[in-house]
Amino acid sequence: MAKQAVRATDGSRPGINDDIGEEKRLTMYRLQVEIRESEQRAFDLFLQNLVKGTSHLSLGQEAVAAGFAAAMKTGDLSFCTYRGHAHTLARGVPIEKVLGELMQRDNGLMRGKGGSMHLTSAEHGVMGSYAIIGAHLPIACGAALRAQYKGDDDVTVCFFGDGTTNIGAFHEALNFAKVWKLPVIFVCENNLYMEYTPIGEVTAVEHPAADRAAAYGLERIVIDGNDADVVYRAAMTAYERARAGGGPSLIECMTYRHSGHSRADPAKYRPEGELERWKERDPIKIYRERLKQFGIADEVIARIDADVRRRVDEATEKCKAAPPPPLDILTTDVYADGGFAWRN
Amino acid sequence: MAELTYRDAVARGIAQEMTRDPDVIFFGEDVAKAGGVFKTTVGLYEQFGPKRVRDCPISEQAILGAAMGAAMTGLKPIAEIMFSDFFAVCFDYIANEFPKSRYMSNGQLKCPLVVRTGNGAGSRFGAQHSQSVENWAMMIPGLKVVAPSTPRDVIGLLAAAVRDPDPVIFFEHKSLYPTKGDVPDGEIVDRLGTASIVRPGKDATILALALMVPRALAAAETLKAEHGIDCEVVDVRSLVPLDTQTILGSVARTHRLFTVEENPRLCGWGAEIVSIVADEAFYDLDGPPVRITTPHIPLPAADILEDVALPTVERIVDRVRRSMQG
Repeated sequence: MAKQAVRATDGSRPGINDDIGEEKRLTMYRLQVEIRESEQRAFDLFLQNLVKGTSHLSLGQEAVAAGFAAAMKTGDLSFCTYRGHAHTLARGVPIEKVLGELMQRDNGLMRGKGGSMHLTSAEHGVMGSYAIIGAHLPIACGAALRAQYKGDDDVTVCFFGDGTTNIGAFHEALNFAKVWKLPVIFVCENNLYMEYTPIGEVTAVEHPAADRAAAYGLERIVIDGNDADVVYRAAMTAYERARAGGGPSLIECMTYRHSGHSRADPAKYRPEGELERWKERDPIKIYRERLKQFGIADEVIARIDADVRRRVDEATEKCKAAPPPPLDILTTDVYADGGFAWRN
Repeated sequence: MAELTYRDAVARGIAQEMTRDPDVIFFGEDVAKAGGVFKTTVGLYEQFGPKRVRDCPISEQAILGAAMGAAMTGLKPIAEIMFSDFFAVCFDYIANEFPKSRYMSNGQLKCPLVVRTGNGAGSRFGAQHSQSVENWAMMIPGLKVVAPSTPRDVIGLLAAAVRDPDPVIFFEHKSLYPTKGDVPDGEIVDRLGTASIVRPGKDATILALALMVPRALAAAETLKAEHGIDCEVVDVRSLVPLDTQTILGSVARTHRLFTVEENPRLCGWGAEIVSIVADEAFYDLDGPPVRITTPHIPLPAADILEDVALPTVERIVDRVRRSMQG
């Protein structure tokens, strides 16, 4: 296995020992499959009425989460939206903890108190999933301000959808981050639909994030969000800039969600053939081909696939067997004293 | 002991905490180089420098969001929202983000921050720069809410707020900024959740907050001198946590309850207290509890209108006297 990454300099196709390298590529492949299988399982469990409430899946958007997670260091912080299962799993949070939360079991990440839209695992740097559009961009600025103030070298990344680019907090946060040169990376996952409405129908510019970058003195960056290598390289550049004191980046990743906006949304609003065209560019399909191009044996890929499926199956069974949360946590952790007392 | 204005007490309170703890940072609109639009933060920028005292753009969401992100990762931010009316443009943080992150994360996240804001009427600023919105904050599980009425309490409660592990909304009253009071030398640290009996009395309990405290005190003097009614005045100080023991104890002694509230009538803080007293001290009461509030109106700009909108000393005297003398 390649231990050293060497960038090809002769203009030819980079070998497996390029700037990414075999180990990192296998990690990104595994993460994408893990997200795909976990999200598909979440959908199946929803249809069985075992995932309750709502859920917003990242099927088709796995490369963004995998590419960024592969570029992060331990201690880097992630802020996610309600479509945050992928980014939570990508930081190494156990599948069981995520599915358990979706299934509202006591073994869930937050023991059922947060639910699908608020996945949080502070020990993995997942500083919350936020269900009010745009709210977490300023919060990410604050985390980055702390790093800058204390001289910590961690970088904060904030993921959001194309719909977020039309709310005020997005614009306030970009300005704030640039003025204070904060070590924060804003990542727009442009999956073409805000919820049910095409983002292009309700936005003044073609690229809802990148075409606003200039207004905040930021570089215009649009990338193929379905190619984990492309995502990883863009992420590395942004992380290096932030760690070097170069301030924030805004990256628009073009991608597509294979499922509806949430729950059982059948996404009937999509034009005929669009989903099929995007499935031709399925990030996992692309990446499997990439691995083969680099000479990774089919058995290695199959072993990863089988291992992930086994782990998702095991997690599912554990969650099905897990009890619901005890009633006494209803009133815990409202205040820092652990309780909810508002009077003496 | 020194006499200090409520305005200068704000800067002294912030300076006390910034000197004590290097993790305390302070930011808001016009707060650094300009020293604040109400001149409450004069000298802090010069004393603590541009890393710790920062001017922000007019971006209330970014201000509160950044405060939250800094708080959850280890700092102790004090953020200023210039007028409490502007809470409406950043209410997501106050209602959805600060108070819920600990609960939703099952205790994984924390949010130890202070939002200072200029609250209340008296400046003839009209309906969008004059409101008393402490009840907006009081109704949200997960927040703590305080509103000092004296320079000493500004320092003591601000210190308590900064040192508190929960998000605290700190309501300063704009019309109290020029008022003066004695302030002890040295560090002042109060406790949240403590009301204060500022005038003992035996015939009736008057609860008041912020600007209404000096008015309630003045009314109590008149009621005693002219009508022989001896009122106990309680400065509620802290709406969350609420010091119900002090309030219930006072009602148990006086058997009558009046609240003096600047907020518009519906769902004002006094309504909650009256309901607690009705539930837990009904048989202590010798008459119906009475709420003296601003009417349920937006506030007008004209001085003669604004003056009669808020509870005045005369209105408090009249309402208490009529109620007590049947």
